[in-house]
Amino acid sequence: MKLTRRILMGAAAGSFLLSGTAAMAQTELTFWSWRQEDKAFYQDVIKKFQAKEPGITVKFETYAPENYQTILSTALAAGRGPDVIQVRAYGNLETIATPGYLLALDKQNVPELANFPEAALAAETLRSDSKVYAVPFAMQAQLVVYNKKIFKDNGVNPPKTWDEMMALTQALKAKNITPFANGTATAWQNETIVGGLLSSMLGKEFETDIVSGKANFTDPRFVGALAKLKDIGQYFSPNFTGVDYPSSQQLFVAGRAAMFAGGSYEVANFKNQNPTLDLGVFPAPVLKAGDQALIATYYDGGYAVNAKTEKKDAALKFVRFLATPEYGTSFTNTLKNLSPIKDIKIEDAITQDVAKLAENSMSYLMLVRFRYQEPSGSVLLQSNVQKMLAGQQTPEQAAAEINKGIATYYKPFQK
Amino acid sequence: MAFLVVPPIAFMSLFVVYPILSAFAYAFYDWQGLARGEFVGLKNFKEVLFGVTMAPVVWNAFLHNVYALVALMIIQNGGGFLFAWLLYKEPFGFRFHRVAVFVPVVLSTIIVGFLWKLFLNPNFGIVNQALYSLGLDSLAKPWLGDSSTALGALILANAWHFVGFPTLVYLAGMQRIPPEIIEAARLDGTNEWQLLKNVVWPLVAPSTTILFTLLFIGAFNWFEIPYVMVGLDGSPFGTTDVLGLVFYRTAFGNQSASIQNFGMGSALATLLFLFIVVFASMLTLWLRRREIQF
Repeated sequence: MKLTRRILMGAAAGSFLLSGTAAMAQTELTFWSWRQEDKAFYQDVIKKFQAKEPGITVKFETYAPENYQTILSTALAAGRGPDVIQVRAYGNLETIATPGYLLALDKQNVPELANFPEAALAAETLRSDSKVYAVPFAMQAQLVVYNKKIFKDNGVNPPKTWDEMMALTQALKAKNITPFANGTATAWQNETIVGGLLSSMLGKEFETDIVSGKANFTDPRFVGALAKLKDIGQYFSPNFTGVDYPSSQQLFVAGRAAMFAGGSYEVANFKNQNPTLDLGVFPAPVLKAGDQALIATYYDGGYAVNAKTEKKDAALKFVRFLATPEYGTSFTNTLKNLSPIKDIKIEDAITQDVAKLAENSMSYLMLVRFRYQEPSGSVLLQSNVQKMLAGQQTPEQAAAEINKGIATYYKPFQK
Repeated sequence: MAFLVVPPIAFMSLFVVYPILSAFAYAFYDWQGLARGEFVGLKNFKEVLFGVTMAPVVWNAFLHNVYALVALMIIQNGGGFLFAWLLYKEPFGFRFHRVAVFVPVVLSTIIVGFLWKLFLNPNFGIVNQALYSLGLDSLAKPWLGDSSTALGALILANAWHFVGFPTLVYLAGMQRIPPEIIEAARLDGTNEWQLLKNVVWPLVAPSTTILFTLLFIGAFNWFEIPYVMVGLDGSPFGTTDVLGLVFYRTAFGNQSASIQNFGMGSALATLLFLFIVVFASMLTLWLRRREIQF
């Protein structure tokens, strides 16, 4: 580990020196990201930017998502790192922004921040100084993706209520179709399942009550929703406790399962792997007819400027470019991810659906609210739901464990 | 001679000694994300060993390291000893078997982990498929997702990967035993078990010293196989968590769940390092004492 760190620092130092010499002719910006799959898109964006700003070139570099945070942290801690950085949001942003590695953005240096809704900017705001540190790039939603062909062949429709959902899964299972491709072996998948299936039962009011401390996680709304999840667990893929994320994706992509509780970001990925899939999305089913159907949303991250860069003006120009509606439009339409930029015209039908559903949403709770301290809400939710779905604890026990962990640092729960 | 000595010393100092010392120093500070905060003395160590949040995770992982050590001692080193004895007797095709047993050792751990993950896939992996075709459906399990089998599966995968190493070391040890000693024992009418217990085992003691010490260090630094096969969280619900995973998550964060804390991560690394140094030295000294010169 240590050795790797040294080598990385060396590599970072090397690229820093190289970019220094290149700057004599032109300003060359380095831009780091973990989105290897979007490389072609970013190359294209850079080409468009360079057409506008011929004096600036941008070098796009990607790293494996699971190591990105480590590599970036070490480079920044060594006083180096790229000029423009794709960063994550919420707690992950704070890790990097708190020590002052990122340049604060405001309406003076990036007027385009006006293009974003408040919630998107909040995701890239440091809580201690209330300043924005990155231009948000995407909004993601947790919901249910379904295979339209399987639904049509079996004469079923997307369910509105939880009872309809149970009837639907039973009907599919009776016909030997796996209702949900989901498995629980990959810990973080359990959180996406909760977001995708339980949001409507939890409701926006639950979120408000949790934030204010009026309710905690032993609340009947939370325990009740977990109990419903435990019920439906039997309709996940066979041997679901041993099915990891890639296996569950394969099951769905191969058309062998009807639904996938997960993120809106899966849709483009599924379509890439199997273009013949006819997909649709629907929000978490409601407990009783007439309740509000919700999806769980969060902001995925943003584009930040290294506070120590010597090419601040060029870097700001590039980041401002990444905040324009033209950029947002091409982002949404090429990557089929929702851009947080307001009033964008969306071409893709499923992305339009997601955008429409996003008008009614609650937060992807643990990520948005409880990923700032240890044990994070995500760690607690992931492992306790995993345990509950494996039949090793009751919904009450799971809720109590989650609550106990968060209460160790969350003031509103300590009354 | 300086030109022979200086480069390795410089290399070791730069890439081994310096990082260890700096990790040790990091452990005494409070960390604000990535920036070093104020000096906090032993707070991080206290938190790691006794804190409400960290301690249960750390001790749970430590226990799993101990399981892995005991199980691997029996399966990997014990298996290695038996394989070596079988090969020592040069049965038909022993040259082939000697190579076959060693081949997995040269594979990268990433590949071995990935391979075993495929083997153990609950729905199309060959382990369950084989059980189904033998009519043993009730034995088929989601091996890596079942809390009662997951850690065992990792241990077996590790033993499969490395059993060739103790086999080779023991085989070399056995081949060093003067043949007349074994001849003499045979002539005295010892049976196979007595021969192994009273003659071979004591005489391969130097091999045992090396293998036990290496396994001890390996078991407490265990990281790659669990990381590849069950992920950073020690899934399912911490039942495969080991100290290596806890260290990584604490220091560098887990992008899908947690935040970074260099201070506590360094404290954990330091404690682990001290633990391994102290116990590995004691183990080596103890094992050395039972070595016989011949």
